[in-house]
Amino acid sequence: MSYEEVIFYFVAALTVLGGLGVVLARNVVHSALFLIVALLAVAAVFILLSAEFLAIVQILIYGGAVTILILFAMMLTRVRDMPGALDGPQRPFAALAAAAFLGLSVLAVVSAEWPGETEKITVIEFSDLGDKLFRNWAAPFEVASLVLLVALIGAIILARGEEGE
Amino acid sequence: MIPIQHFLVLSSILFSLGIYGVLARRSAVLILMSIELMLQAVSINFIAFAVYLYPKEFSGLIFAIFVITIAAAEVGLALAIVLRIFRNKATANVDEVDVLKW
Repeated sequence: MSYEEVIFYFVAALTVLGGLGVVLARNVVHSALFLIVALLAVAAVFILLSAEFLAIVQILIYGGAVTILILFAMMLTRVRDMPGALDGPQRPFAALAAAAFLGLSVLAVVSAEWPGETEKITVIEFSDLGDKLFRNWAAPFEVASLVLLVALIGAIILARGEEGE
Repeated sequence: MIPIQHFLVLSSILFSLGIYGVLARRSAVLILMSIELMLQAVSINFIAFAVYLYPKEFSGLIFAIFVITIAAAEVGLALAIVLRIFRNKATANVDEVDVLKW
């Protein structure tokens, strides 16, 4: 086993552990902390895939902004004080659906014939990525910024409430 | 090197954990966290396909960037909606928000 594989299995175990913690924790704040673990482990997976830029973005946006936002929402909606707020009665069906999806997709991955190289990573240069993003994908990039602006304005208006309330 | 299947199986596991969380949890905030897990699984898939199978095209990496962007917008908007629901109904549990149910 090469050192790359050892690192991969460690990071993968951390990711799965974090994910399990998110969906199974009995305390919602623990759930959010497990989410941070899972997101940072996914950033490590991105580094293993030689996508350093996305790993940095992942740590900044998810590890920083998104989890803090979720903790704020937990505080404001008082999820902790709600008795029985965690799981509904549909738990076994949820587990069944998740297991069915997992079985199907693993079967598909194992049985599929992949075109091209499936053993070797081709490292993509950082500057090439930026070049491509601002040349070939400039219009979607601008639309994404518009989406962010509209979503932020909408969020502010929704959270502020109506006048005189 | 690690074969691509390892990454795909990891992302499958992460995605099914997200499915379980979305279906089993009752609080809207916890459901949102499970959706984040599913988005992460999709990002892993996109990047794995990009660097293993089609390194000449960058579509996978660029789509992963867009996934992260849209996820940020989605979290902001969804949490504002959850806050609004909480203010109106004094609960953030999705099965108690049933005004549209006959």
